[in-house]
Amino acid sequence: MNNEWAGFVPGVWEREINVRDFIQKNYTPYDGDDTFLEGPTDHTKALWNQVMDLSKAEHDAGGVLDMDTQVISTITSHGPGYLNKDLETIVGFQTDKPFKRALMPYGGIRMAKKACEDNGYTLDPEIEEFFTTHRKTHNAGVFDAYTPEMRACRSNHIITGLPDAYGRGRIIGDYRRVALYGVDRLIADKQHQKDTTRIIMYSDVIREREELSEQIRALKDLKKLGEIYGFDISKPAQNVKEAIQWLYFGYLAAVKEQNGAAMSLGRTSTFLDIYAQRDLANGTFTESQIQEFVDHFIMKLRLIKFARTPEYNDLFSGDPQWVTESIGGVGIDGRHMVTKMSYRYLHTLSNLGTAPEPNLTVLWSTRLPMNFKRFCAKTSIESSSIQYENDDLMRVTHGDDYAIACCVSSMRVGKEMQFFGARANLAKCLLYAINGGVDEITKQQVGPKYRPVEGDYLDYNDVMDKYKDMMKWLAQVYVNTLNIIHYMHDKYCYEKIQMALHDKKVTRWFATGIAGLSVVADSLSAIKYAKVKCIRDEDGIVVDYQVEGDFPKYGNDDDRVDSIAADLVNTFMSYVKSNHTYRGGIPTTSILTITSNVVYGRNTGSTPDGRKRGEPFAPGANPMHHRDTHGAVASLASVSKLPFSEAQDGISNTFSIIPGALGKDDQIFAGDLTLEMDESES
Amino acid sequence: MAIKGHVHSLESFGTVDGPGIRLVVFLQGCPMRCQYCHNPDTWQPGLGTEMTTDEILAQYQRNASFYKRGGITVTGGEPLLQIEFVLELFTKAKKSGIHTCVDTSGITFRPDDDAVKARFDALRAVTDLFLLDIKQVEPEAHKALTGHRNDNILAFARYLAENRQPVWIRHVVVPGITDKEEGWKALGLLLAKLPNVQALEVLPYHTMGVAKYEKLGLSYPLEGVPALDKKTAVHARQVILAARHQALQK
Repeated sequence: MNNEWAGFVPGVWEREINVRDFIQKNYTPYDGDDTFLEGPTDHTKALWNQVMDLSKAEHDAGGVLDMDTQVISTITSHGPGYLNKDLETIVGFQTDKPFKRALMPYGGIRMAKKACEDNGYTLDPEIEEFFTTHRKTHNAGVFDAYTPEMRACRSNHIITGLPDAYGRGRIIGDYRRVALYGVDRLIADKQHQKDTTRIIMYSDVIREREELSEQIRALKDLKKLGEIYGFDISKPAQNVKEAIQWLYFGYLAAVKEQNGAAMSLGRTSTFLDIYAQRDLANGTFTESQIQEFVDHFIMKLRLIKFARTPEYNDLFSGDPQWVTESIGGVGIDGRHMVTKMSYRYLHTLSNLGTAPEPNLTVLWSTRLPMNFKRFCAKTSIESSSIQYENDDLMRVTHGDDYAIACCVSSMRVGKEMQFFGARANLAKCLLYAINGGVDEITKQQVGPKYRPVEGDYLDYNDVMDKYKDMMKWLAQVYVNTLNIIHYMHDKYCYEKIQMALHDKKVTRWFATGIAGLSVVADSLSAIKYAKVKCIRDEDGIVVDYQVEGDFPKYGNDDDRVDSIAADLVNTFMSYVKSNHTYRGGIPTTSILTITSNVVYGRNTGSTPDGRKRGEPFAPGANPMHHRDTHGAVASLASVSKLPFSEAQDGISNTFSIIPGALGKDDQIFAGDLTLEMDESES
Repeated sequence: MAIKGHVHSLESFGTVDGPGIRLVVFLQGCPMRCQYCHNPDTWQPGLGTEMTTDEILAQYQRNASFYKRGGITVTGGEPLLQIEFVLELFTKAKKSGIHTCVDTSGITFRPDDDAVKARFDALRAVTDLFLLDIKQVEPEAHKALTGHRNDNILAFARYLAENRQPVWIRHVVVPGITDKEEGWKALGLLLAKLPNVQALEVLPYHTMGVAKYEKLGLSYPLEGVPALDKKTAVHARQVILAARHQALQK
C-alpha cells in the first residue's frame, strides 16, 4: 500500500479508480450533534474581511472589479493568485488575483467580447481576430449547422436558453480522484485506456482516441497548476489539508477551462472526512485547524466568478455559478452518509456568514440521523441558504455516489455526465397548436402549418389532438437542435479536464426541459371544465382568451387537473424519446425553471388559463401564483404526482414561507410550561 | 344519513394550531364577536361548503405522510357549534390513530345542563388536545371584548382540569385592552388552578384581519390599534408565568 494510504481499509479502490469503494470502506457515520464544531480562526476572519471589502469594491464598480481581456484562460494560463499568502491554508484563483474574471472564448467569441464590453472592458482585437478567422468556436459551429426552422424556434422563444453561445456546464469531474490517487496514477490510467481502444478507426474510435489524448494533456496541465502554487500533486494527498487542496486544484482547473452554465463540485464532504478522521486520530491536526481548512476552501468556492453578459444574468436572475455540493444521503447498505465533515461544510454558513454559493445541498432522507436533521433545520433558519433534495427518490436510480449538478440534475460522480438541454416552452406550444404554428406575438409561421382551431370556443378533444401533434413537432426540432449543440461543444469546447476525471465509459444523459407546465395544465383544465372563448386579432390569430366559469387548478391536490399535468410530462417525454440523440444520450427531462420563468413568461402570449401576455410563468413545477388555495401540503401533493421516472433530471418546487408559518416562535414558547412535542421528537 | 358540516375552509399545512403539521378544518359559524377576530368571514353560521367527515378524512389520508407528527385540528369559527360533526369526525379519526385537537373558545359549554355535558364528555373521549383561548379573566372586561361574559368559558376550563384533559392556553395581548399587568397576573392565578395545562401561548395582536372586514363591508372595531411587538408578548408571558409560579408556591 502507498504510504499516503496508511491506515485506510484496503479494497478494490487500490487496484482501480473507484472512489466510491474507498468511501464505503472507510467513512465513519456520525450520529452526534454539532457541539464539536469550531468557530472561525482569526486568520479566517481576516481573510473574510478582505473578501467583504473586495465584494463591496466589486459592487461599487458595477458588478465587475477586474477582467482579463488579453490572456485566454487555460489550466496553466495564470500565475499564482492570493488574498494573503501567509494566511490562506487553501490556495488558488482562476486568474492571477481574486475578483479578476477570466477570458474564455471557446464557447463563443461574440459572447466573450460582449461580456467585456458590457462591463466596460475592451477585448484585445488580436484575440477577436484569432477566434473569428483562425480558430472556430462552439457558437460558430452551431450556427453553421442550424436549420432555418431551428433559428426561428430560437428567436421566437419556443425553445429557450439553449447553450449555443456559452459553455453548457452540468458536468461534474470526480475531483476527489486527484486527492486519492494523485495525478500520475490518473494519467497512467488514461494512457491505458488510450492503449486499449478498439483498433479499427471508425469515427467514434478516432474521436475517443483524440479525446483521451486531450484528457491526458489536461491532467499534465493540472500537475503544472499545482506546481504554479508550489505543490507536487502527482502523488496522492497525505492528509486532509492536502486532500482539500488537491481536490480543489482539480475543480479549479475545470473553472479555469470552462465557463459553464453550472460548474458543480460533486459530493466531497464524506470523502474528505476520511482524511480528517485519520488526522484527528493521529494528532496531525486539531478540529479547529480542520475547520479552518474547510472555511478557506469554501471561501475559495464563493469566489468562483465568470465573465457574463447582462442578458445571461437576466435569464438566470443573477450571476450564478451553481457550485453545488451534495451532502449527506444514505448508502445502499442502509448506513447514512452523514459525517463530521457534513457538519463542517454547513457550519461555514455560520463561520463565514450566509451565501448562495457554493450551493450546499442536503440529500435528505427520512433515515438521516435526528441530530443532523435538527442541525440542518437550525442552519436553514439562520441562513436560508441550504437546498434540500430527496435522496430516497434519487438513490433508487443513481445509487449512493451521485451528486447534483446545477440545482437538481443528479448524476453518478465520474460515471455519468449530462448534455444540458435548456427548455421547451410547452405553453407557447399550446398556443401554436391553437394558431396552426403561427407565433402569437411575432405572427411568424414558426411551426408547421397544421390546421388551426376554428370557432369561438375551445373544445378539449380538438385542442388536445392538435396539441399532441404540435408537441411531437416541437420535440423533434428541440432534440435535433440539441444534437447540433452537443456535437459542436464536444468539437470546439471539449471539457477535457472534467472528462479526464471520468471513467472511460461514460453514461450520457440527454437532458431536455419543460417550461410552463402549470400554465398548460391549468389551460387544459379551463378548456375542459370551464368555457374558454377565443379572442382573435384582425388576422384571425387567437391572441387572448376569456374564461367563463371556474375550473380545477393545479396545486390543490385535485386529480382532475393534476392528472393532466402528469400526462403532459409522459406525453412530451414519449415524443422526445422517439428521436435520435447524439452520442447515445439517454433522454431525460427536467421541470425546473427556478429563475428563468420570468423571461419565458415575458415572451409568451396570453394563455387559456387566464394568464395575460407577458405575465411570468410559475417557477419549475410550481402551481401558478395564488392559484394554490388549499395550503402547502395540497400544493406539494400536486407536484408530487408528476412522474419522476420520466423527469429524472429533476422536478423543482420553489417553496417560500415566512418563518412564523413554519411553527411558533421559539421565544414565545420557551419557559417552564414546555410543550410536549419538544420532548417527543428526540 | 351522514352528518354534514359547514366548512369554511381547509388548510393542508397547519403549523400553528397544535403539534406538528396538521390538517386544519375551519368550521363556519361563531357566536362570539371578539374585537380582534381576524376571521370575521367565519361568523355567520350555515354558510361554507357542506362536507361529510369521510370527505375530510379522505383528504387527510391522501397526504397522511405529511402529518406523521401532526394530526387534525378543528377550529373556526367556533367549532363546537357543530359538536355532533366534530364528534363523528374525531371518533373516526381516533379509530385510525390520528391525533385530534380542537381549538375552542369554550363558549358553548353549559355547566348546569347535563345533556350538553354528556356531549362534552363524549368529545373528551376522542380529543387528544384542547386549545383554549382565555381572552380576559375578568367577566365584564370579557363581555366588552367579545360580547359575552366568560362564566361558561371558565367553567369549561375547570371542567377540563377536573378531567385531566391536556390543554394549551392561548391569550392575545391587544394594546390598550389586554396589555395591563393586572390582567396578566389574574391569568397567571387562573393557570395555577389548572394543573392540566401543558403550554401557554401568548400571541401579539396583529392587524392582518383588517382586509377581511373591508371585504365584508364591516367596520373594524379596533381601527387605529397598532399591532403588538413580539417583545411585549414575551414579556407578558413571563409575567403570567411568574404569577402562576408565585401562586403555586403558596
